Amino acid sequence: MERPDYLDIILDPSLLVVIGGTVLLSISASLVGTFTFLQKRSLVGDAVAHAILPGVAVAFILRGEKDPLWLMAGALVSGWIAIWLMNLISTRTKLSSDTAIAAVLSIFFGIGILLITYIQGLANGNQAGLDQFLFGKAAAMRQKDLMIYGGLALLLILAVFLFFKEFSLMSFNPDFAQSVGLPLGALNFVLNSLMVLAVAVGIQAVGVVLMAALLITPSAAARSWTDSLKPMMLISALIAAFSAFSGSLLSFVAPSMPTGPWIVMGLSLVALFSLFLAPKRGMLARLLQQKQHQRKIRDENILKAIYHYQERSNAKQQWLHEEDILEVRAFKKEALTQGLKHLSRKGMVLNQADRIQLSKRGKVEAKRIVRLHRLWEMYLSQRLRLKADHIHPNAETMEHIISPEIEAQLLKELDYPDLDPHLSPIPYEHD
Amino acid sequence: MTPSIEVHNLAASYNRRPVLWDIDFQLPSAALIGIVGPNGSGKTTLLRNIMGLMDADSGYVKLFGKDLDQVRERVSYVPQRESVDWTFPASVREVVEMGRYKPANLLRRLKSRDRELVTLALEKVDMLEYADRQISQLSGGQQQRVFLARALAQDADLYLMDEPFVGVDAATEEAILKVLSDLKEEGKTVVIVHHDLQTAYQYFDTIVLLNTRMVAAGPKDEVFTEENLQEAYGGRLTILAKLSNLIAKSEFPVREKEFEEKEGKGDGKA
Repeated sequence: MERPDYLDIILDPSLLVVIGGTVLLSISASLVGTFTFLQKRSLVGDAVAHAILPGVAVAFILRGEKDPLWLMAGALVSGWIAIWLMNLISTRTKLSSDTAIAAVLSIFFGIGILLITYIQGLANGNQAGLDQFLFGKAAAMRQKDLMIYGGLALLLILAVFLFFKEFSLMSFNPDFAQSVGLPLGALNFVLNSLMVLAVAVGIQAVGVVLMAALLITPSAAARSWTDSLKPMMLISALIAAFSAFSGSLLSFVAPSMPTGPWIVMGLSLVALFSLFLAPKRGMLARLLQQKQHQRKIRDENILKAIYHYQERSNAKQQWLHEEDILEVRAFKKEALTQGLKHLSRKGMVLNQADRIQLSKRGKVEAKRIVRLHRLWEMYLSQRLRLKADHIHPNAETMEHIISPEIEAQLLKELDYPDLDPHLSPIPYEHD
Repeated sequence: MTPSIEVHNLAASYNRRPVLWDIDFQLPSAALIGIVGPNGSGKTTLLRNIMGLMDADSGYVKLFGKDLDQVRERVSYVPQRESVDWTFPASVREVVEMGRYKPANLLRRLKSRDRELVTLALEKVDMLEYADRQISQLSGGQQQRVFLARALAQDADLYLMDEPFVGVDAATEEAILKVLSDLKEEGKTVVIVHHDLQTAYQYFDTIVLLNTRMVAAGPKDEVFTEENLQEAYGGRLTILAKLSNLIAKSEFPVREKEFEEKEGKGDGKA
């Protein structure tokens, strides 16, 4: 037989149906999972995902075939027993909640595996394909399954929209929700049921072992990109959809592969990408900001050194060599040269051959830094009653951090002092 | 006038340890009331019991002469600021809007009247300009003002606040006090859990002095006597504490259920 062309595969109508179904159920899991994530119950989600396996197996034994409705019902029952048990263990015994979660996860999963092994020994067990529930097999879904799973996924999405207000309040401040008379118990029951259902719907595509990733990872990745809930849920749905799409496509191209790992690979890539590259919260952005702060500190220290040189030599504006600056403060030669270049680009420093002096702007800036340093020393010695020989190192850092707002407050509180604790004059802008 | 709050023989435990022993008092309406006592004296537990967030071991609470469920919409609760995670993805306005969530609004969108109340509440605490800011970017004082605005948006008659003055800046303290005096002028009742004795005397008219048992309750000048303060702050009652420990570690009930004394001579009746 000839290898099918990739284009034919993509346009295959049965594939489109499968992809549509997978995408839908991934979106529903990610939306429900947002609240699991916000309630800091990710581990509970993982435990529930594993715990529905025995329910699914028992439903198969009772029914004798893979009837989606029976499987859902079985999943719901065993997921709920797991949640109830975790609550019971952590409230009624001295065991902590992480112990309860770990115990329930492994016990239920163990029973599930036992039952599935038993089913595979049965006459109708071989073609049951229940082992696909471990890692998921989107392609194994039949049209009828898809209608039911897709319908359930739509129902879940609808429920999340309906209860959005209440779910967000419950996740943010459950005590307050209870105080206004919201039926917290009932709402928790609904949210937990949605979580169990989302997991149950998702196992066809991802499998119980990796289902928690579909529940939690999209929200965790989306959190890096935004600080508000609605955009976060939108982004998380998009991430889930993208991973589901690429995952099921890949598992179709390579039919021997289960779908779950592929979808989780996609999710992990997006999550890694988000954690590294997201603006503000991403690691790269934070690294860049640290670099920027280091540069700011270097530049400000150079300006200050030039100012001090002038102050010490009591001279008016004069042209300085780099060596003169090094007399005042030890810089690494390279850092000094780089900093001076940067400062002259910003118009803080004027150049004449190899000599430099402060521009008007540079002088204002230098005064500001020296002022902040000396004001902070004043504050430390007056308010914290620190001795004069202890305050310099602290002020050396704080001068770079104090904002104009804090400076104004300092000036007001210290009543515009003339001299710092070492009796050096505090320079004001218009001196 | 019906009292705003009536607490009757309330006993309550926290983690099975009894922290309130037979608290019994009535509070007036249209007043600023402080619940004052040292750390660990059961102030928060008392407030949570009044708000129905915990089950009491015995006794009951009436608000405006009724059960909490009948008057929920007239009561507003401000939890401790530290009790929530402020990195939660929400804006200031979204949090204040939560003050308008109630059973009647379940599954419904807020109406324009709700939004008006939210804006008014934000203005009253000087947070309107920060309405679209994310709550993760707020200072401690601003967070407290957001909680206060959420309570104001509830438009209640009785406000119960848990330590609203802890860790706030001078501007916030001033804003809270202004709001409190406005509320009192409108005839509303504010009950505040507070641990600082000095400011308590300035802020409140009526004070409940608490240390596991109720030491005194009433107008502040009657309550703040040297004797009462000595009793509330002068160290624990060691025997009571020992008994509490015993109950926490063993499986004894704090109260026998269905407890009823027959008529006749005995310990209870004269």
